[in-house]
Amino acid sequence: MAEEESKTVSELTWQDMRFGNIYTKPGSAIRLKTGDWRSQRPIVEAAKCNKCGLCWLYCPDSALKPLEDGYYEPDLDYCKGCGICSQVCPKEAITMIEEEA
Amino acid sequence: MSRRIALEGSFAAAEAAKMADVDVVAAYPITPQTHIVERLADMVANGELKAAYIPVDSEHSAMSACSGASVAGARTFTATASQGFFLMHEVLYWVSAMNQPVVMAVCNRAVAPPQNIWADYSDAMTARDTGWIQLFAVNNQEIFDFILSGFRIGEDPRVLLPVMVHLDGFTLTHVIEPVVLPEQEEVDRFLPKYQHPFALNPDKPMSYAVISSPDIYSETKKAQDVNLRQSKEVALQVWKEFGDMFGRYYSPIERYKCEGARTLLMTMGSLSETAKVAIDGKRARGEDVGLIILHLWRPFPFEELYQAVEDAEVLIVFDRCISLGGPGGPPFSEVRSALFDRRKDIKVVGLVGALCGRNLSVEQFEEMIDRGREIAEKGSKEIFETIGIRG
Amino acid sequence: MEGEFIKFGKNLVAKDEFLSSGHRACQGCGLAVTIRLALKTLGKDTIIGTPAGCWSGVGSMYPDTAWRVPWMQTLFENSAAVMSGVESGFRILMEKGRIPEREIHSVAIAGDGATNDIGVAALSGALERGHNFLYICLDNEAYMNTGNQRSSATPHGASTSTTPVGKVTAGQTTQKKNMVEIVAAHDIPYVASACPSYPFDLMNKVKKGAEVKGPAYIHVLAPCPTGWRLAPELTIEIGRLAVETGVFPLYEVEYGRYKLNVDRPKLKPVEEYLKLQGRFRHLSEQEIEKIQKRVNEQYAKLKAKATASAA
Repeated sequence: MAEEESKTVSELTWQDMRFGNIYTKPGSAIRLKTGDWRSQRPIVEAAKCNKCGLCWLYCPDSALKPLEDGYYEPDLDYCKGCGICSQVCPKEAITMIEEEA
Repeated sequence: MSRRIALEGSFAAAEAAKMADVDVVAAYPITPQTHIVERLADMVANGELKAAYIPVDSEHSAMSACSGASVAGARTFTATASQGFFLMHEVLYWVSAMNQPVVMAVCNRAVAPPQNIWADYSDAMTARDTGWIQLFAVNNQEIFDFILSGFRIGEDPRVLLPVMVHLDGFTLTHVIEPVVLPEQEEVDRFLPKYQHPFALNPDKPMSYAVISSPDIYSETKKAQDVNLRQSKEVALQVWKEFGDMFGRYYSPIERYKCEGARTLLMTMGSLSETAKVAIDGKRARGEDVGLIILHLWRPFPFEELYQAVEDAEVLIVFDRCISLGGPGGPPFSEVRSALFDRRKDIKVVGLVGALCGRNLSVEQFEEMIDRGREIAEKGSKEIFETIGIRG
Repeated sequence: MEGEFIKFGKNLVAKDEFLSSGHRACQGCGLAVTIRLALKTLGKDTIIGTPAGCWSGVGSMYPDTAWRVPWMQTLFENSAAVMSGVESGFRILMEKGRIPEREIHSVAIAGDGATNDIGVAALSGALERGHNFLYICLDNEAYMNTGNQRSSATPHGASTSTTPVGKVTAGQTTQKKNMVEIVAAHDIPYVASACPSYPFDLMNKVKKGAEVKGPAYIHVLAPCPTGWRLAPELTIEIGRLAVETGVFPLYEVEYGRYKLNVDRPKLKPVEEYLKLQGRFRHLSEQEIEKIQKRVNEQYAKLKAKATASAA
């Protein structure tokens, strides 16, 4: 669709859609903060964590950020609260708690 | 030096693809297209043509593979007919909307049932709305020329649309006619290398054909419609260049002996040549009749039609296809509709015949013109009539 | 491969995310885990073709796309045919010197409906023609995107919206079509079954499939908490149980030679796998026994093939 990404969808005109079926900005979904979907969120207890990285590996939304010191931090902008990380953690270092209303 | 050789229509089509140095051919055999794909297979096997020849598992896969190859940046060609053409139907929309300039030879064949293998345009008519540029060839020279210029038109950066060249099954595919072939060096000058502005490229990742919502679909479709309409201008320019280079000039509507003609007959495809003989006969007997031949079917050539019928009072449209339960052969319906607001004073008459390879003689074309004039004068009980159908 | 890695024992997993966050998959989507890990293995020089299904929509809906590699949606039944065209196109353009020689992976990522049912002809054709491409089937065992209608990959007994639990019939009456065997019968260089619950096995298989010259096929059991009526946090757990009970064995077939990747001395009872999922809730004890019997038979057959190949 060429480079009309500065407009919102409802501002786009047919003149902007010459190549309407080709979307040129890779990874633009990053603007959608899926974190607001969740009803529970992960809390990581650093003391129990052994930095194994399995939480990062299994997250369907890439919502665990590897930190410099080797720990992993949930990215609450995108975490959907599925709970996989808490299930796979071998040290039970991650608990899911209810989001406040 | 160009050379003039005897070629059947299928081989003319294959020769055009070869001279265009196609990169990928993905096709599935179906009568009467088989000679095209066989000839191309020979060319690839002998090293005459360096291309990836993909003998796919169905016509749906044929057009799908062409689509993938085209967006990867390869010049692509295929051919089919009737049932195979129907099978790939949904993919046709894909290729045009995705701006993939595939060129396809459609060896027009009647729709089954009854099962058959002979020529008519019912297959072509189902693709009216698919967004492809569509041409009808009258003879083997035109098959070659339309396919070759089709690559050039479709791949033009202002266009980037697929092109269909319709040609009569058997009557053209399997009949040998003299064809003038240009020199390869001339073709190379006429046809630059294919470049898609958004070809698949890992260094420039893009997403193709994402799902669109009601919020944006309409704008995308309108843009497609406008682009297809505007491609006619490019076709005209390309044909001018083609003519300058190779000596044969084409236009969306060809006019034959139309000077001072108050009655015009419109035809498409190979029977146009029989119609020419009928026109010659009537002219010799002093009747003011002329012939217009529709070459460009999509985008519909409105301006050229208006010019062609400027002096006519009666336009008889002969169709080699039928729209069951509808207002006549599709070309007749479209021509009538196109003229409706423009000309209140012209009578447009529709006749359908020659379905499934049934021939029409010169005499029958003369009858068609007579009957057409009669209907224009006195009306008819039906919205369109048939010719040569018993009963 | 360039970029940074995270070490898991002797396994290196690329840090690069070729699937961005912000995609619209359900919480706990097993397909998301699979795609994310597969892309880390494949790297940036990859073209993906995906037919209609969950991941033709959740990964990209105008104007957003989560894909950071070239990605195309294809029609439902033709991703194998489209990728045949893509790989042929690249190959001939390189042979003709029109683009520089480089390695580009042509990969189809398709659901079970698109693979087992509507796309089986195009897949078979592409395999037989020997195209150099990788086909990954993400099997969540139904047409999940359209609301959980059955496919030929739906296991026997599972409740779906078109094999509902009623008074006359309850759940899928037929057996799951064994796509791995059908593909293996094409005698292609590499066929494998995989599951995101065994992530390194999955990634190694993707790597093997991508590197092999010729067609490669990986059938991934990708748990779908939404459709399987499963708590989303159990996605990885359920995949593990599928393998440990023998319901979904992990194996490879290379030119007809079978190799079992995970072979427990004693399989866990299938009931442990079935009872966690709402789609099997209605099954009686007798029905579970029948399922157990069949799993045992199929597993024994597979083991025999693996033993014969090893000999």
